[in-house]
Amino acid sequence: MTWTWFHRLGSPPYVYGLARRLTPWLGWPAALLILGGLWGGLALAPPDYQQGDGFRIIYVHAPSAWMSLMVYTTMAIAAGVGLIWRIKVAHAVAASCAPIGASFTFAALVTGALWGQPMWGTYWQWDPRLTSELILLFLYLGYMGLRAGIEDTQRADRASAVLAVVGVINVPIIHYSVTWWNSLHQAPSVMRLAKPTLPASMLVPLLVMLLGFTLLFGALLLVRLRAEILTRERASSWIREALGA
Amino acid sequence: MNKAQSSALRALAAPEWEPTIGTPALSSFEAARGALRRDLTLAFRQRGQLIQPLAFFAMVTLLFPLAVSPQLGRLREIAPGVLWSAELLASLLALEFLFRDDAQDGTLEQYALSGQSLTALLFAKTTAHWLLTGLPLALMAPLAALSLGAPASAVPGILLSVGLGSVTLSLIGAIGAALTLGMKRSGALLSLLTLPLSLPVLIFGARATQLAISGETLVAPLELLGALAVLGITLAPFAAAAGVRISLE
Amino acid sequence: MPTRSLEVEDLHLWRGERHVLRGVRFTLGEGQALKLTGANGSGKTSLLRTIAGLMYPEEGRVRWGGADVRADLRAFHGRMVYLAHEPPLKADLTARENLRFWVGTRRRLTAKLIDGALARVGAAAFADQFIRTLSAGQRRRVALAGLTLCAVPLWLLDEPATNLDADGQRLVAGLIGEHIARGGMALAAVHHEMEVTGSVIELALAS
Repeated sequence: MTWTWFHRLGSPPYVYGLARRLTPWLGWPAALLILGGLWGGLALAPPDYQQGDGFRIIYVHAPSAWMSLMVYTTMAIAAGVGLIWRIKVAHAVAASCAPIGASFTFAALVTGALWGQPMWGTYWQWDPRLTSELILLFLYLGYMGLRAGIEDTQRADRASAVLAVVGVINVPIIHYSVTWWNSLHQAPSVMRLAKPTLPASMLVPLLVMLLGFTLLFGALLLVRLRAEILTRERASSWIREALGA
Repeated sequence: MNKAQSSALRALAAPEWEPTIGTPALSSFEAARGALRRDLTLAFRQRGQLIQPLAFFAMVTLLFPLAVSPQLGRLREIAPGVLWSAELLASLLALEFLFRDDAQDGTLEQYALSGQSLTALLFAKTTAHWLLTGLPLALMAPLAALSLGAPASAVPGILLSVGLGSVTLSLIGAIGAALTLGMKRSGALLSLLTLPLSLPVLIFGARATQLAISGETLVAPLELLGALAVLGITLAPFAAAAGVRISLE
Repeated sequence: MPTRSLEVEDLHLWRGERHVLRGVRFTLGEGQALKLTGANGSGKTSLLRTIAGLMYPEEGRVRWGGADVRADLRAFHGRMVYLAHEPPLKADLTARENLRFWVGTRRRLTAKLIDGALARVGAAAFADQFIRTLSAGQRRRVALAGLTLCAVPLWLLDEPATNLDADGQRLVAGLIGEHIARGGMALAAVHHEMEVTGSVIELALAS
């Protein structure tokens, strides 16, 4: 009985309908929170005493970097569920996560580089976080490359799921080794802003942005998931009913 | 033939499979040992192939004195990086030999249907692969390091670090090779899958080599390389087996 | 009630948008052979691979002695052998070595057993030749020797008589006949006529 919800989540028509109903409930709050967070971060928060106005890019950078990891974890969990219980919808979720996660990773890299210019005088610094972020981008690209390389959808689902699970085990190892590497070669990084001593006027907009980005991911995921389900189930009769009305 | 006749015949001819009923006649360990011996026999028959990763490794090492500088002082500084980049690339190249032939001629399918643990059989294959490519590369790495200006005292450290690191590289490679089975052109994708996962090995391995060259103690990075190898041995064969099964679907 | 039986229940298999197996069902008891016919692309190979557990059907199940084979796939694999369209032989090993390594992952073999099996399929003359020097028909005979050496009750054969001359085709029919006479079971996808003596049922797959 307690498993009925689990089984319903395995049914594409149910998930398609659910995704359609839920999208606005995530999308609008995401938009409001992001707009509010930007206003708070760009207009209300005082300039940093060291970095001036340059620090304000963290309001995009930090949530993007956070999301890049969170999306990868979500993707790996969905892939693992699909692999173990052979649930097609879970694979569709994992497949929908990858481009979103890669985009967040890319955004984190670009904003990190833009931040680096005023801070370090160069766009690229082999900072451990940026380096980890770059490796994460390659993990996403590998995942998407494997999916694209296998024609049969089911095999692509399962092979890429194994890769996602292997990847998520490796992410902390990679992060640790990169930090270890950096500690040998370099003075501590300048990019140490998210200290607990951050004043509330700076911190609150950051937290609002974090929540906004999380909801944005949810909304984007639901939109992509619907497209993914439509593509996969294009031969099924329920599609005509869902779209025909 | 009617039912009575056939059962009479059955009674006459003792069913020769009867001894195998119950547990499999062969333990997975014995089966894996057989798979290892098979791969070594085959490699010996095609030993020309084994030279290729070694020659590639030597070639990559040769690029740097030509591209950077022939001064041993400068080369010594970049030697760990050169060595480990060459090691990663050469082991990537060697993955070509790991599963491809066995996938084509149906051996992997028979392994998957043998009633034995596919994980154990693939672990045996990966072990054979390491013995045939990882170990020779590890033996060659000190030579390459010497040619880049490393002192003779660094040889044991380099041998140990490359030997240990290449175990993990073979295991990661086995996952990548299994997942890309059945794709026509998998070369570039295989590198995109395995190189990011191999970076911790590169980091710890290069550090160990650097410490070996400068004559310092390299216990810390060696321990980390060892930890990675243990983790790889525990987990990678399962992922490789899953990959092979998926390729057979 | 037979002690061993293979029951295939209502198998449905999709490959992408292709409905490959549409409700295949049959029961095979001890001492029975099943001749699987159908045009190219009618799903003969897919059915064999699904029964072997390589492919996952969308619906239906395969039972061995009453239990779902998915419950313990390895135990089921220990009772069956699947001979695919291409013989699973290594070009750079001799016929004898091939059998020792291939069947040797399943059970212990003696030189005598291998010699006997090779002689039975008429392959004794080239037992020590490399597979790459053998003709397609000779390779097929070596694969058949491996099949008998596995000593398992269930044979899944995909076109077992491919590349064989009239004599070789009689050999395949004879091997299957002996196997089921001993209480074994065989499932063979066939193109040509095959005269197997014993209890043979036929299943035609529609394309």
